[in-house]
Amino acid sequence: MSIITAAGNSAPGPGLAPGVLEKAKSRRDRRTFLALLAPAILGLVASFVLPLAYMVRMSFNEGGPDGVVEEGFTLRHYIEPLGDSYFWKVTLDTFQMGLVVGVLCVLVSYPVAMFLARSTSKFKGLLTALAIAPLLTSAVVRTYGWMVILGDTGLVNSSLKSMGFITDPLKLTNNMTGVTIGLVEIFMPYAILAMISGFGRLSPQLEEAAGSLGASKFKVFTRVTLPLTLPGVLTAFLMVFVLSVSTFITPRLLGGGAVQVLATEIYDQTTGLLNWPFAAALSVILLVLFGIIISVYQRLTKKIGA
Amino acid sequence: MSQNTLAAHPPAAARTAAPVFKPRRKTGTFVFNALVFLLYLFLLAPLLIVVVISFASNQYLSFPPEGFTLDWYAALPGQETFMSGLRISLITASAVTVLVLILGVPAALALARFRFKGKAAIQAFFLSPLMIPSIVLALGLVLLFGPLKLNNTYAGIIIGHIAVTFPFVVRTTLMSLATTDTSCEEAARILGGDSWTVFRRITLPLIRPGVIAGGVIAFIVSFDEAVISLFVAESGLPTLPVQVLRYVENSADAAVAALSVLLILFSMAVVVIVERVMGLRKAL
Repeated sequence: MSIITAAGNSAPGPGLAPGVLEKAKSRRDRRTFLALLAPAILGLVASFVLPLAYMVRMSFNEGGPDGVVEEGFTLRHYIEPLGDSYFWKVTLDTFQMGLVVGVLCVLVSYPVAMFLARSTSKFKGLLTALAIAPLLTSAVVRTYGWMVILGDTGLVNSSLKSMGFITDPLKLTNNMTGVTIGLVEIFMPYAILAMISGFGRLSPQLEEAAGSLGASKFKVFTRVTLPLTLPGVLTAFLMVFVLSVSTFITPRLLGGGAVQVLATEIYDQTTGLLNWPFAAALSVILLVLFGIIISVYQRLTKKIGA
Repeated sequence: MSQNTLAAHPPAAARTAAPVFKPRRKTGTFVFNALVFLLYLFLLAPLLIVVVISFASNQYLSFPPEGFTLDWYAALPGQETFMSGLRISLITASAVTVLVLILGVPAALALARFRFKGKAAIQAFFLSPLMIPSIVLALGLVLLFGPLKLNNTYAGIIIGHIAVTFPFVVRTTLMSLATTDTSCEEAARILGGDSWTVFRRITLPLIRPGVIAGGVIAFIVSFDEAVISLFVAESGLPTLPVQVLRYVENSADAAVAALSVLLILFSMAVVVIVERVMGLRKAL
């Protein structure tokens, strides 16, 4: 059913598009075309291309802390951290955080996405919007909310204390536990969105068929439901992983300085130590890792999709 | 009640699976729905808790709330740091929205209505800023702006926000353009309308949902953006998210809760608008 409507929707687009407007052959049309496109390209060059290019160039400059930068070409800022155990620890912590947050986020998002994909309720639209609406609320505000919940005098510790389970507050902020909990929640809407889109091939009829042919509920899930939803799960995981390893605000606030990941390290090197070439090199490293994961991710989704 | 279920049973069972399956499925569904409810609660917990403590009369952050008060809200206008942050954020977000609409809508039009070499590459380029970690972009901007003397200026923040808002405008506008057919535009052209008239009188009204959705998303993304603003303008022009970040870094007390609730309401307004005009799921 969804396949038919999707095809029906997309048909008029490409079918009717080749019209008078589309033949950009005459000079006038070409001028219009350039006038439409050029401002956007210029805007992105200023806002996006130049800063990144300048940053890459900066990473090869000589220099050190306190804003000392000498034009030059050196690979020092890439080679030196390789022998530095602190750098390795920060990088490994970052990746570990990405993995843990990715796995947990997928686990808690899966039932919600499944619920929304299957729902035939008239509130489906509202419930979907409610699940992804937090995406548009400030990350600072949501992290603050978690600080209120997890802090030493926060909701969790106060409740446990008044019920007599604990006497000293549990350490839930200013460490990786708090950062992980916060990030899992903050990236849930992304995971839910990715999964709903990936669940398109799942149909209740298939599951019912398996059930009526005698498969147990568990078997229906492992043999029918899970394989069909796996592409969506994988997409969601990689997306959350990529977002986690580069996120700054939540590790900064919920980590309270005790959690050092690549993003907080870049910030400290930039604004604290003013070691710009090194901060730039760290960013380039993060960007390259990011690029590798994204290309793996695109390969995988293509493979699974085909 | 039991008669009702009996009456409803046979056809339902015939439609789905073996009747033996039925009772187990019902408890299963109940457990599953309960689980989904709890997960929703987890997802919305930080927002709900902020609302609760913004009305709590506790002097310091603690639970349970001791009473109801509007003092936190009444105190807001007197907090100069937040008010100046709000002013800066409103100015930048408005400017960013106008600017990316001017850049993005024509660009989407070019992508949708012209056939040209390298179209896929241009489209990928337009959406690519969303794939770059904002911390990396923020560092690039602050480094580039140093010699250009753009750090701590409105121009600097606004240029920095173009990249992170532009893809949304292009995406939503493209989506609207893809679902409108071009016959009206062609008719208007044949009848002698020039490009600008055709755009203003025919195309723009047709793609209004996409433009509105893109515009309000651009506004809220810029308004809530904290990382680029922090790098580019922390000392000179701290935006509201930067002020909140700084405040929360030092103490997570209730003073900032009332402000947070207003920010949440603001986001919810955007959500409602986008959901109305084109559907939130499609737009994001």
